[in-house]
Amino acid sequence: MDFLTILQILDSSVRLATPLLLACLAGLYSERAGIFDIGLEGKMLAAAFLSAAVAAVTGSVWLGLLAGIAASMVLSGLHGLASITFRGNQLISGVAINFLASGLTVLVAQDWFAQGGRTPSLGGDARFTGLTLPFADALAGVPVIGPVYAELISGHSILVYLAVAAVPATWWVLYRTRFGLRLRAVGENPAAVDTAGISVVGLRFAAVAICGLLCGIAGAYLSTALQAGFVKEMTAGRGFIALAALIFAKWRPWQAMWACLLFGVLQAIALRYQNIRLGEITIPVQVMDALPYVLTVVILAGFVGKAIAPRAGGEPYVKER
Amino acid sequence: MTGATLSERRETAAPAIELKGISKAFGPVQANRDISIRVMPGTIHGIIGENGAGKSTLMSILYGFYKADRGEIFIKGRKTEIPDSQAAISAGIGMVFQHFKLVENFTVLENIILGAEDGALLNRSMAKARTELVQLEREYGLNVDPDAVIEEIGVGKQQRVEILKALYRRAEILILDEPTGVLTPAEADQLFRVLGRLRAEGKTIILITHKLREIMEITDTVSVMRRGEMTATVKTAETSPEQLAELMVGRKVLLRVDKAPAKPGAPVLEVENLRVVDEAGVERVKGISLNVRAGEILGIAGVAGNGQSELLEVLGGMRSGRGVLRMRGQVMDPGADGKARRAMGIAHVPEDRQREGLIMGFHAWENVAFGYHDDARYRSGMFMNNRALREDTAAKMERFDVRPPDPWLAAKNFSGGNQQKIVVAREIEQNPALLLVGQPTRGVDIGAIEFIHKQIVALRDAGAAVLLVSVELDEILSLSDRIAVMFDGRIMGERLPGQTDETELGLLMAGMSEAAA
Repeated sequence: MDFLTILQILDSSVRLATPLLLACLAGLYSERAGIFDIGLEGKMLAAAFLSAAVAAVTGSVWLGLLAGIAASMVLSGLHGLASITFRGNQLISGVAINFLASGLTVLVAQDWFAQGGRTPSLGGDARFTGLTLPFADALAGVPVIGPVYAELISGHSILVYLAVAAVPATWWVLYRTRFGLRLRAVGENPAAVDTAGISVVGLRFAAVAICGLLCGIAGAYLSTALQAGFVKEMTAGRGFIALAALIFAKWRPWQAMWACLLFGVLQAIALRYQNIRLGEITIPVQVMDALPYVLTVVILAGFVGKAIAPRAGGEPYVKER
Repeated sequence: MTGATLSERRETAAPAIELKGISKAFGPVQANRDISIRVMPGTIHGIIGENGAGKSTLMSILYGFYKADRGEIFIKGRKTEIPDSQAAISAGIGMVFQHFKLVENFTVLENIILGAEDGALLNRSMAKARTELVQLEREYGLNVDPDAVIEEIGVGKQQRVEILKALYRRAEILILDEPTGVLTPAEADQLFRVLGRLRAEGKTIILITHKLREIMEITDTVSVMRRGEMTATVKTAETSPEQLAELMVGRKVLLRVDKAPAKPGAPVLEVENLRVVDEAGVERVKGISLNVRAGEILGIAGVAGNGQSELLEVLGGMRSGRGVLRMRGQVMDPGADGKARRAMGIAHVPEDRQREGLIMGFHAWENVAFGYHDDARYRSGMFMNNRALREDTAAKMERFDVRPPDPWLAAKNFSGGNQQKIVVAREIEQNPALLLVGQPTRGVDIGAIEFIHKQIVALRDAGAAVLLVSVELDEILSLSDRIAVMFDGRIMGERLPGQTDETELGLLMAGMSEAAA
């Protein structure tokens, strides 16, 4: 395997890791506040559809992004309403959102575009294209550093850079701001927050809203940057892999980035080597496609060690007598 | 100038807190009924009452957790609405809950500033809190390391953090709910010294407790609550524990356990070098040897979490240990086998009745069967004889004065004391050779305590051996014929109740060696 191949795989890893990372950070905000969210998948899917649809109709990817975020935040609001306001079961609410998004996106897509549950292919301004960073072309000739900069670092869509920037930003918010302190506290012991005179409901809704925002960006990235248009079930379990990465990272932002990159690399390898020949045997493509998911299970089962979830996670807050 | 001093004087003359006609109902249950009290500034006011008397509800209303149905609150003479905790804090009220409201994996400093931060960034708040903490430490002797993580410091220190939290928010009125429940006697004394200093600084303190001794020791005035009503408010100096107990229960109560000297017989349970390792791999019991003889009560004293629970669980067959156990001379397997234990004549009243003693959603009669459901008397052929079981339950309920005596009622619908009576009835009526009892009166009202104590003594007098584990020193002292003190998985020493006192036991409980004690 030569240097350029490695660079290309890494480049593809970054692209594939981006939606995972955005969804993972989305989950981080929500779960750190004590609201478990297995509806990341559904929110991404809804966002992917609506952003592609709006981008296709208006021709503006930015309007598409906004629409995607709106779709995701509406579902977040629903999850918040069910699990915070009405103190329902967070898993059930999440499952419901996944089903809702899965069915509704295809139905509406068929109704609007009549292309078998797809949106029309996006092109031009209806899609996020790669940004060429300054000096990328000039430096391309420099050995090692040049290709790394031009191939790997430069040339991604703005959402990729946004996702990477969201990592230190999340760390800073969590550990250096009042909001972060309260957010972490409400996921550990909401009673402490409540008796300190802070609204548990308000904080948790804020966290769920941020979760919706980030999931919306993740979904829009899928259909308007990674691919050119929406197809049925295009999230393909990414919401769940993001959750796996979150557990793997033990709910910490930097570790979340590394975990998502790892899963990104696995997906990139599967994508590049569809048919590997080992002597006489050809490994079928399905095995390679399943590999990231299989490894997810292996990593979660064997390598995570003891992951301590936010202690109040999953439990609706009820004032005790 | 004169006007200012006059109004100031009027301010100090007004009560720090005055409640007028507070009523609060939860559905059909009247938790507080027309309650009025006045607490003067710079005093410690005790509120005493049985479980469910409405003490905590009243304080929750004062701290903005609940809204009263009727009634008014005056703080320093001014009528104040307290719709939420934020309002209570700004009215100068601080509360130390029985179960601390701390974020376990945060540092002391983070817990203190939570909700009282200055500005959106943490740096400034942290620096400011750090300096202020040093000052509070000096003023009240409340020293804790600001960078320590809560889950790594002891409960006594955690409680200080709760007090510091209130003081950091400039609380003038401090409410403490059952503050000594988790403390060693030495820690409790320390707490009382801090409270004394706070009082000297002009702070007003409300102390909620069910321990008469604490009321007598530290309060200036005391209010008694019973069934949601305030039955009396008296000056502490002008009352007695007997009178307060009577006011609490509504009838005369025997505070001392009335029992004849023990006539111990042959050893029933012998334990040699028992070791217990818990799920986390920590050794909780570190080589204990003891024996309990027929017709005696061995009390195990100790602060919660020093291995007593694990000891009891191994003996009851809920957990496995290593070592030699002998029951009436016969060697027992130290593995976890509750059924084998019961077959050997061991009955077990576990420490946590709601998690280990009962299934809360099941009927009383079903709960009475647990552990004994295979007995011939509850069986007819391969089926359970539910009718016999229900009749037996009704009879037990009558003998043990369980109220209401309804076998069809779910366990969760009985009060704490009556739940405990169901468990005690089930175990004692097996006529065991050895009764293991953990925290028999935790969360149980005074009337039921008296009854349960009598039953345990009666079982002893009938010749059974009793192993009693309790964190309540009063209970250990009044019930035991012999006392062993546990600390950090070991027995620190054995004493006879007549020849020791709380101070000596307290030192042993804190791990001081025999020589130092």
